[in-house]
Amino acid sequence: MIPAAFEYHRPKAVADAISLLTQHGDDARAMAGGHSLIPMMKLRMAHIGHLVDLQDIADLKGVTIGASIRIGALTTQAELINNTALTTAAPILKEAALQIADPQIRNVGTVGGNVANGDPGNDMPGLMQCLDATYTLTGPRGSRDVRARDFYQSAYFTSRKDDELLVAITFAKPVGGYAYEKQKRKIGDYATAAAAVQIAASGGRVTAASIAMTNLSDTPVYSAAAGAALVGTACDAAAIKSAVTAMLLDINPASDNRGPVEFKRHLAGVILGRAIARAFSRA
Amino acid sequence: MKKMHIELTVNGQPMETLAEPRELLVHVLRERLGLTGTHIGCETSHCGVCTVDMNGKSVKSCTVFAAQANGATITTIEGIAGADGMHILQSSFREHHGLQCGYCTPGMITRAWRLLQENPSPTEEEVRFGMAGNLCRCTGYQNIVKAILHAASEMSAKEAAE
Amino acid sequence: MNDLTPDQTARATALKGMGSSRKRVEDARFTQGKGNYVDDIKMTGMIYGDFVRSQYAHARIKGVDTAAALAVPGIIAVLQAADLAPLGLHWMPTLAGDKQMVLADGKVLFQGQEIAFVVGETRAAVADACELVVVDYEELPVVVDPFKAMAAGAPVLREDLAGQTKGPHGDRIHHNHIFRWEVGDKPATEAVLAGADVVAEEMVYYHRTHPCPLETCGCVASMDKINGKLTMWGTFQAPHVVRTVASLLSGIPESSIRIVSPDIGGGFGNKVGVYPGYVCAIVASIVTGRPVKWIEDRMDNLMATAFARDYWMHGKIAATAEGKITGLWCHTTADHGAFDACADPTKFPAGFMSICTGSYDIPVAYLGVDGVYTNKAPGGVAYRCSFRVTEAAYFIERMIEILAIKLNMDAAELRRINFIRKDQFPYQSALGWEYDSGDYHTAWDKALKAVNYTGLRAEQATRLADFKAGKTRSLMGIGLCHFTEIVGAGPVKNCDILGMGMFDSCEIRIHPTGSALARLGTISQGQGHATTFAQILATETGIPADQITIEEGDTDTAPYGLGTYGSRSTPVAGAATALAGRKIRAKAQMIAAYLLEVHDNDLEWDVDRFVVKGVPERFKTMKECAYAAYNQAIPGLEPGLEAVSYYDPPNMTYPFGAYICVMDIDVDTGVADIRSFYALDDCGTRINPMIIEGQVHGGATEAYAIAMGQEVAYDEMGNCMNSTLMDFFLPTAWETPHYTTDHTETPSPHHPIGAKGVGESPNVGGVPAFSNAVHDAFRSFGLTQSHMPHDHWRIWRIANQLGLHE
Repeated sequence: MIPAAFEYHRPKAVADAISLLTQHGDDARAMAGGHSLIPMMKLRMAHIGHLVDLQDIADLKGVTIGASIRIGALTTQAELINNTALTTAAPILKEAALQIADPQIRNVGTVGGNVANGDPGNDMPGLMQCLDATYTLTGPRGSRDVRARDFYQSAYFTSRKDDELLVAITFAKPVGGYAYEKQKRKIGDYATAAAAVQIAASGGRVTAASIAMTNLSDTPVYSAAAGAALVGTACDAAAIKSAVTAMLLDINPASDNRGPVEFKRHLAGVILGRAIARAFSRA
Repeated sequence: MKKMHIELTVNGQPMETLAEPRELLVHVLRERLGLTGTHIGCETSHCGVCTVDMNGKSVKSCTVFAAQANGATITTIEGIAGADGMHILQSSFREHHGLQCGYCTPGMITRAWRLLQENPSPTEEEVRFGMAGNLCRCTGYQNIVKAILHAASEMSAKEAAE
Repeated sequence: MNDLTPDQTARATALKGMGSSRKRVEDARFTQGKGNYVDDIKMTGMIYGDFVRSQYAHARIKGVDTAAALAVPGIIAVLQAADLAPLGLHWMPTLAGDKQMVLADGKVLFQGQEIAFVVGETRAAVADACELVVVDYEELPVVVDPFKAMAAGAPVLREDLAGQTKGPHGDRIHHNHIFRWEVGDKPATEAVLAGADVVAEEMVYYHRTHPCPLETCGCVASMDKINGKLTMWGTFQAPHVVRTVASLLSGIPESSIRIVSPDIGGGFGNKVGVYPGYVCAIVASIVTGRPVKWIEDRMDNLMATAFARDYWMHGKIAATAEGKITGLWCHTTADHGAFDACADPTKFPAGFMSICTGSYDIPVAYLGVDGVYTNKAPGGVAYRCSFRVTEAAYFIERMIEILAIKLNMDAAELRRINFIRKDQFPYQSALGWEYDSGDYHTAWDKALKAVNYTGLRAEQATRLADFKAGKTRSLMGIGLCHFTEIVGAGPVKNCDILGMGMFDSCEIRIHPTGSALARLGTISQGQGHATTFAQILATETGIPADQITIEEGDTDTAPYGLGTYGSRSTPVAGAATALAGRKIRAKAQMIAAYLLEVHDNDLEWDVDRFVVKGVPERFKTMKECAYAAYNQAIPGLEPGLEAVSYYDPPNMTYPFGAYICVMDIDVDTGVADIRSFYALDDCGTRINPMIIEGQVHGGATEAYAIAMGQEVAYDEMGNCMNSTLMDFFLPTAWETPHYTTDHTETPSPHHPIGAKGVGESPNVGGVPAFSNAVHDAFRSFGLTQSHMPHDHWRIWRIANQLGLHE
């Protein structure tokens, strides 16, 4: 498996990367860790004339933690896992990142690449929808912010333009309990079904809940109705059941090697139920 | 296609070569630098037989372009042994029968070498989780895990003695 | 002998002979990245070849446009069937007596089939050119289901066989039919079934999978035009067979062909066959006069070379009301894909499937197998298996469980009352085998005791009660298996491949100073032959194993042998090694007698020396005999100390074992947690316990993968659904269970050292143990049979269909 030939670029600044993307249009592709793109190139399912390697762009790196949290797009999954301040501030990130791929891939794969390439199998997009994160995109026309909940259009199609770069992900410091529950065929696999849940509670009652599902549609699925179904409840069996029922109206899984649609729908309910229970127990 | 000048520090030695940008790190190591200890198994970053250490981290060299690695410090299986002979991990794999056909072994040991630097005294569960990016078809992993755990305690004992 | 002579035990220990957990001599190079696998070979002037493969499972090839490919800088040639036809190499014989297209001859019959072979200066150029070859396809109707393939109006797959009503294994009854093979007494079996107290009947499917060694298949072919010699290095489990086939195909004498298997990165049956890549590399080297390297990528490997299993086994088992089995009937539909490319001995088109009476004393049985063509990859190889023993063991171990359900009996007890008893060996099975030895009751009782079987059943009953009471959503399954293998093919009188008798061989040279070199006809792919064969020789000759070099895999130097697969190395080549060692010892005894000036019969063997009977201080060591053999004129004896043995075994060997798996199943998610796995193996005499244990761990892990998720599946269009390691399940250290190993030791009575072979046992016995555990978890809800692999969704489906979800 050898990819087709390409021109390699390693710009040092965001502006340089944008100008390369602008100059080469459809023929260019930005690459972070490359662990989604390179296999596609090797299988010759992606033909890239100009590969723009982002690794030297310092502005795309780093994690800032304040009232809100900003994660540079080039932050690797391993950096995210090993950042103890980040884990204290938003522990769901580590819980999810540890369920992505394997150690070698987490050393190279980035959060930005994971959320930007639009693969419905990726875990971070659903997680970012759960956290109501904002993606900052920079292009020749300047920067703009897009909510993760509005970013995904269909598999591999997002509201990012070809000449834009995802620069950073920002979200408010989450409150309450959390859970990232994922069932996969084996370690390193994409989810058969996964749920990201954040629950805030007071006096044994849910005050706010956010729920997103992974790999159960051609985009990640933020289910506002599922979260709403929990608010005001004690997260008892009936409440969880109504959240699951609401979530099932929002997903649209496809049959594949991980199983038929009926299984995935049933599993989505089980996984979400477990995620809610765990998140509430931590709230 | 035009070739690029690639400079790497491999197993402590500066090395340079010309390579097309599309050449993968594993191909450059094997074909251009003659370091055939690093193998190719699945080519889609699942099996880990191509694992090398790049800038202090384990990576799968079948999914890194040589161009990306340009300027990097690389350790391959050929660089694990020291001047005084086999590394403890290498002798431990032999002692505990942690290999059979040997094809996954270089990636396995190179990964374990980094794992024990990240976590010098892992539990069995941590070893199994930390080695999950490396497949073996022969051993069923039981003796690999045993070899790594024994190497960890031997290395700790050696360090304590020094 | 004097006070300074180490005692017998110390000298025996120092030899590191049989029974010693000797550390492996292979490991120094493998742990330091100094192995030499085929893709590591680099030769001056070497060029590369790769295939253009079919996108479609069934299509006519209307044209192939190579112009753009040939225009890629560095491309030397694009070979097609028409280029090979003048040499008669556009088709090749398979090891099963069928023939297979080397390059598509007018049509393609499976996705991934080889259409053209592109040869060029670099791998990159070849990859670029492959993408630029334009194939004009006319799609044809696809058949992936062997039952539909046998329907009256099914599309004709093998047009080359049109009108042929006879195949290499008898009559063909349909245009997509390959063979019918029948063993046993059908009328008598059917009469027993008709009159039985109880008959259990099921369709047991053993799904299609793939051996998938981490190193794919490949070769370097080099035709030396000066001396006319063809050398080929490659991933060959049977190098001599490859040489003979290459000679028969090309007309080049075997003396001008050298086949070398360097280090092999796992075989598991994948590397027994002869593949189009080998033929094309040879042709390309002959045409260009340069060495040509061909290495599969993982997709090529999973899509085109050597799948395994795909047996639909319809079974009926009859018993008395008390559970004594009275008869077994089986009809198997064997899906071979586009070409019958399995590697079974010629007289056994379904391999040793007729071992399907298993460990049980079954008075009458019948087996019928129909081989069928479909639009899937060709093969039917023995994936860590001795020619369909895995299928047979799975079949009988499922049928026993199904019968236990029907009888409402404990499945362990049902096995116990039907085992062949120790006093019945040698035992003649209803399907024609003579089991050499066994002690099943002892092994079974040891296993049940070791796992506390009674306690497990009690715990399971409690769990079930809790489940029914709504206290848990987890069920517990106990998977039992007692398997009997048949390995070590085999007696030449009934086992050959393409006419090549399945003996094996060993040549030994003892050097003047007492070290030795031994060469065998087998080839290690991880089994550690360089370690274990030296141990056999150490015990036989008294030369320390550390001073014995073992060489295999080079046909110019190794004696002719049929290679390593089917657990045949120890039973056949191991026997040849022991017997060659005994020839050495016999000559050394004459030398010692001469040196000690006594009669041959006055000497006795003592670990590493000949001692004059009753006079222990008078002896000659093997080392001294070796020196004398070369340096002293001994009347009546030729100089030198060498021996050769070609061993044709009188019978197969019959390893057996008792495996027990305990798992917890999450009914809602279909996730199965393997809590424990106990493996008791009886492989006869144990040569190296450490290596045996390693083989059991590895084989059981392959069994775990096969039973719990690994498959090669196709959609209706014949697209392969598992062509990368994303979707082809190979477990990691994380999923893989922990194994507890155990053993009994029942030596083979006919094998020179009593050894039986072990490498494949854990795969043969492991799959039913895992699968039976899944079935057992749901037994009380009425499940009788659910097909593998038992991945999450399929386990979930069992629970769903049994009404265990809301």
